[in-house]
Amino acid sequence: MEKQSTFDWQSHYKALAHDAKNEHLKAFYTQAYGNTNTPIKAVEFVALDFETTGLNSEVDDIVSVGLVPFSMQRVYCKHAKHWVVQPRKSLSEESIVIHGITHSEVDDAPDLTSKLAPLLNALSGKVVVVHYAAIERHFLNNALLARINEGIQFALVDTMELEQRALRARQGLIGRLFNQKVGSLRLTDCRARYSLPAYHNHNALTDALATAELLIAQMQYHYREDTPLFELLS
Amino acid sequence: MQAEQVEIAQFLAQHPPFDDLPTNALNELAQQVEVAYYRSQTDILTLGQDIADLFIIRSGSVEIYRRNSELYNRLDVGGIFGQMGLLMNRKVRFPAKALEDTLVYCINFELFNRYCDEFDGFADYFEADGNVRLRQALVEQADSNDLTTAKVKSLIHRDVVTVNTQTTVQDVAKMMTEEAVSSVLVTDLDKPISDDPEEDDGQIVGIITDRDIRTKVVAQGLGLDVTANQIMSTNLVLLDSNSYVFEAVLAMLRDNLHHLPVVQKRRPIGVISLSDILRYESQSSLLLVRGILAQQTIEDLAHYARQLPNVFVRMVNEDANSHMVGTAMAVIGRTFKQRLLVLAEEKFGPPPVPYCFIALGSMARDEQLIVTDQDNALILDDSYDDDKHNDYFQNISDFVCDGLAQCGYTYCTGEIMASFKKWRKTRSQWFDQFSDWIAQPKPQALLNSSIFFDLDGVWGKTKWADELKVFIAKQSKQNRVFLANMAANARNRTPPLGFFKGFVLEHNGQHKRSMNLKRRGTAPLSDVIRVHALAMGSRKQNSFERLEDIIDARLLPEGKAQDLRDSLEYIAMMRIRHQAWQIEQGEEPDNDIDPHLLSPFEQRNLKEAFAILEKAQSFLKFSYSANVGVK
Repeated sequence: MEKQSTFDWQSHYKALAHDAKNEHLKAFYTQAYGNTNTPIKAVEFVALDFETTGLNSEVDDIVSVGLVPFSMQRVYCKHAKHWVVQPRKSLSEESIVIHGITHSEVDDAPDLTSKLAPLLNALSGKVVVVHYAAIERHFLNNALLARINEGIQFALVDTMELEQRALRARQGLIGRLFNQKVGSLRLTDCRARYSLPAYHNHNALTDALATAELLIAQMQYHYREDTPLFELLS
Repeated sequence: MQAEQVEIAQFLAQHPPFDDLPTNALNELAQQVEVAYYRSQTDILTLGQDIADLFIIRSGSVEIYRRNSELYNRLDVGGIFGQMGLLMNRKVRFPAKALEDTLVYCINFELFNRYCDEFDGFADYFEADGNVRLRQALVEQADSNDLTTAKVKSLIHRDVVTVNTQTTVQDVAKMMTEEAVSSVLVTDLDKPISDDPEEDDGQIVGIITDRDIRTKVVAQGLGLDVTANQIMSTNLVLLDSNSYVFEAVLAMLRDNLHHLPVVQKRRPIGVISLSDILRYESQSSLLLVRGILAQQTIEDLAHYARQLPNVFVRMVNEDANSHMVGTAMAVIGRTFKQRLLVLAEEKFGPPPVPYCFIALGSMARDEQLIVTDQDNALILDDSYDDDKHNDYFQNISDFVCDGLAQCGYTYCTGEIMASFKKWRKTRSQWFDQFSDWIAQPKPQALLNSSIFFDLDGVWGKTKWADELKVFIAKQSKQNRVFLANMAANARNRTPPLGFFKGFVLEHNGQHKRSMNLKRRGTAPLSDVIRVHALAMGSRKQNSFERLEDIIDARLLPEGKAQDLRDSLEYIAMMRIRHQAWQIEQGEEPDNDIDPHLLSPFEQRNLKEAFAILEKAQSFLKFSYSANVGVK
């Protein structure tokens, strides 16, 4: 697989900004952080998490958004954001069990469209960090397509993928040949490897915080603080 | 609306002082925290750095250190740190290090202050805590000179001087002169320090001191082109830069070394010498000495003197040897006298004729301990006129002796004090007195000899005291009768050992059965050593230094003097530890020890030490018997 270092996010964002119709999206691309050679200690990140009605981004929709900005030094809870939004698909009982957001809460919530501006604003200029890239990337893309007829692309750091890399490195060639299990990649299990506490509440905000903490811990274990950003991108 | 940090709020709600905060205050706090993660064994706070947050441990554990890098506290989940720095000057006072992988919540200073203002319980928690810790921190600061906690690094004051194995001795000497050092380290270019190839001068293979050049080159008549590796000493003890000062002391004592190279990852960074250590060691006692000189009245001095037991105990806890303790206590005692004499001269005016105030006995020998009475006297100028001047010297002597008594140096029961007229003599009278004692030694007169034959000038014309010392050394050396009487005297006080080498105990005042380690141990040992020293004309006063002279002169059979040294050190240390222990227990320190309280090991060693004294005393009988002619 080709290394991310060859992908030029800076030019890509410029092109996307040029093509974007929606003003918020245009603004997001214009300010998007694309210099992938920056050492990670100097990068501003934002951990992002969605709760959704289900796992299929083609049919399911976003129920809540949690995000918290952070750097390698600190997680800034003060600037954290959390929104409950009305999905364009009814809530399944299973998803309520997972994220605890109920029908009545959702019924009072606004549509994501109204939160688009603050959401994109909170992400702009920062590198988005998620645990399992497919979810956030596809759900946000599809949610935007459905609402403003435009999708969204952005550079991502995926703590799940970083964990998989680290576990594979530890597993070694022999382990790989014999197809040994690398270990669970669930957020809670990944965190336990770095002695991070188990968080009991599962909402988008807590998971965003948990993801941010996980990335900081992973960096301290497996990377140097001057590692360039591109080595982390998915 | 701000995002709710449920996890953080729930966590804080379980730990004081946050558990007392109202819910909305707690939620607000949870929204404001910053989160940081520290991998195991990384520094969280380093001494003196700016600090802007209060830290709460969410997971993991943290070690808190004192400024001298001694472990102070170990905190785990819910533990709070950083408050001392926030409350003081916003600099880190207690460094913190992650012992395990640690997640911390940080509350910034402004928020911390606001919560202290708004919530009394919150403020009380930190202030109560803060006061206790503040007091400890101040005590700590005063204690920061500990031998046991200071690193040898702190003793290195100059860059290391190295030569290589092929440098000629002339170049070595030139270099030592230019750099004004008494030693250089020899490194071997063929033995690189493997993990650091840049600027690699090689590992240390030897050391050359002034003494090596003197004894191995000049005295042997070698040429100036001899190379360093031919004359260097190779019995090196390398100290790591993280070693403690007391480890350096131990290494020097153990191997009788005067220079220790200090290395950091095998790279030489300096050399510490015995004098560095002595200078360092005396700092805490020097501090006290400086304090004594600053006191303005007898009352202030007496008050200040109450610190003396603490200084004593601390030196003992720092593993100071008896010589170090004895010297420090003597210096302190001398300083009290000097200060009192300054105050006396301010009160009664300048002296009408020159004089010298002399210390006698243990203080003169630098063997003073905490329980001591004052033995002192005055040497007056020969122009002294009793009718005109007696009042003045009576006044200042009373002033000093009374002052000393108030400072804890009890009056001498044997009346050997300057306040007694008989011990204020002119120079000529003192010379006559000593000639008389030496020429016609009467047992009674010599009972005090152990006190008078150790003397030291403390104030005024101190060189008169030195003249007396020279006189005594010369006179006594030639006088066998005198030496025989001194020797008989030195055999008066026997060690407390029975025929079958059991301890012989005596009843003391409180009907306890004990033995007096001074009267039965260190004092007779000093007496024995003094006789040998006087016999060879040594002018040294300290027993250990006298023993060095005795060893150098080979006055005693092989090993005897060394045995005496060990015996004296053992009994003196037992005395010192006993007194320190009593002080710590809040008891009045004394010299009486109940051997049953000692471990079998200590009992055996003590018996051994007493046995050496016993043998040394009978040896005196043969060596200095008045009836035996000169061999």
